[in-house]
Amino acid sequence: MMLRGLWKLTWIELKIFLREPLGAFGTIVIPVLVFLVVGRILGRGLAPSALAANTFIGVGLPVLASVLIAVSSVLSLVTIISIYREGGILKRLRATPLRPQTILSAHVIVKLLLTAATLALMLLAGKRYYPVGVHAPLFEFTIALLISTWSILSIGFLIASIVPTARFAQPIGAFIMYPMIAFSGLFTPVESLPPALQAMARVVPLTYAVSLLEGIWKGDAWSSHLGDVAALVLVFVICTAVSAKVFRWE
Amino acid sequence: MHPVIQVVGVRKTYGATVAVDEVSFEVKDGEIFGLIGPNGAGKTTTMECIEGLRKPDRGAISVLGLDPFRDVYKLQDRIGVQLQQAQLQKRIKVWEAVDLWASLYQKKAIDAERLLEQLGLTEKRDTWFMNLSGGQKQRLFIALALINDPEVVFLDELTTGLDPQSRRAIWELVRGIRERGKTVFLTTHLMEEVERLCDRVAIIEHGRIIDIDRPENLVRRHCPERTVILATDDSVAEERFRAIPRVEAVTRSDSQFTIRGRGDDLVTEVIHCLSENRIRVTDFRTILPNLEDVFLKLTGHSIRD
Repeated sequence: MMLRGLWKLTWIELKIFLREPLGAFGTIVIPVLVFLVVGRILGRGLAPSALAANTFIGVGLPVLASVLIAVSSVLSLVTIISIYREGGILKRLRATPLRPQTILSAHVIVKLLLTAATLALMLLAGKRYYPVGVHAPLFEFTIALLISTWSILSIGFLIASIVPTARFAQPIGAFIMYPMIAFSGLFTPVESLPPALQAMARVVPLTYAVSLLEGIWKGDAWSSHLGDVAALVLVFVICTAVSAKVFRWE
Repeated sequence: MHPVIQVVGVRKTYGATVAVDEVSFEVKDGEIFGLIGPNGAGKTTTMECIEGLRKPDRGAISVLGLDPFRDVYKLQDRIGVQLQQAQLQKRIKVWEAVDLWASLYQKKAIDAERLLEQLGLTEKRDTWFMNLSGGQKQRLFIALALINDPEVVFLDELTTGLDPQSRRAIWELVRGIRERGKTVFLTTHLMEEVERLCDRVAIIEHGRIIDIDRPENLVRRHCPERTVILATDDSVAEERFRAIPRVEAVTRSDSQFTIRGRGDDLVTEVIHCLSENRIRVTDFRTILPNLEDVFLKLTGHSIRD
């Protein structure tokens, strides 16, 4: 029952997304550009040995770009859901045998597919244009990014549940998501933050995503990041449970 | 026969606002049943409770023997719904929407291409929803409401915002739905829509149903007044007209007479009088009250106020 219509809806939503003039550009091209352009700028003038030793270029920037991919998926989801709600599209879909969870699952699958596609594009372009070679375990890293995205998409649903109108969806989403990146340990390791900020970093879900992504990129085993995965699953469970309570269909 | 829709004592409030209260009615198999009232009267709330989209605070509803709220998925499988002011994804193509809807129901969908053709949408099958005209969008929503060959079709403010020509075309479609043996439940604030389409109608205001019957019975019951306007130069006419049974008033301005009375027989009586007395008339018109007058009489205001 749950599956009825899921694949067709997913396929249609994917096509619709790609028909948006700016939708695909914003979510797919911008993270890849950030990755390549910042990498080139930072890498300019550095000797090959210094480049290889630079942890931001080696690990930080690829992970930052990946987090941007995930965050832009979330923002896009928030916008779409609020537009669908405001336009009565969600309500129209609900007045069918479609289950609510099928409607939302279709959007999650579309976002995960786009995340994977953007990551693939970034890594492919990186092989050619990134100043240092990309030697990360690609399959594992993709899985890690999909787990991270899936987890923070649930935050997206929570945001989509509380934003009043579609017009505010993107700014409110950005206002919540981007500061999370600052505290996530991407720029400064969590351990070197002042205690108050450390405590903050521990409750920011992105921190666990960053830790997982950095570790897997460096070649850590999954077993050393089970805590991160568990935290991300917990975030998903909590956010999904809360949004199931507060989500408005119209 | 068991009614297709049975609503008993339904009440629904939003905060302190009572949207509908003590609403009860039945819809029979194969009829077009209309719920008419001004905006905010509780039409959509009533309809959405019956469709299982809202849970009434009190009262009982049964549709095709199902509890719409508890058995919402079973019910959705057997009904077709057109919602007021609904939208689809801006960039979904007409055929994609129909194809998606066709895949959602257990029962095998009806022939989608034929449905599009019947609704005059074949040429628009590759057009994005956002590029359709208001009438085309409405026809697409009708297609989505019919795709599963439903037993009951719900149409909420179907022709609001459409030009008269599209409106007539859509009325024709709705009559076609009834001819295929479906039951139709619709809401509207257009008296003409009810008079042209509905077998029976419930008048709703401030969340309460004021009266339910066939449109002509409502008119007969609440507005028995009839008026005949005619023109004649006959000098004895006025006297003769006053002698007609049931005539309550005769007014005259030059050669034009306005004859008022009560009951369906008034017009016949006037014609009879004209022929019996060989009165030559140069003009003859009747003014019959309509649902608009019924509404005015029952609520004290026009439906558009």
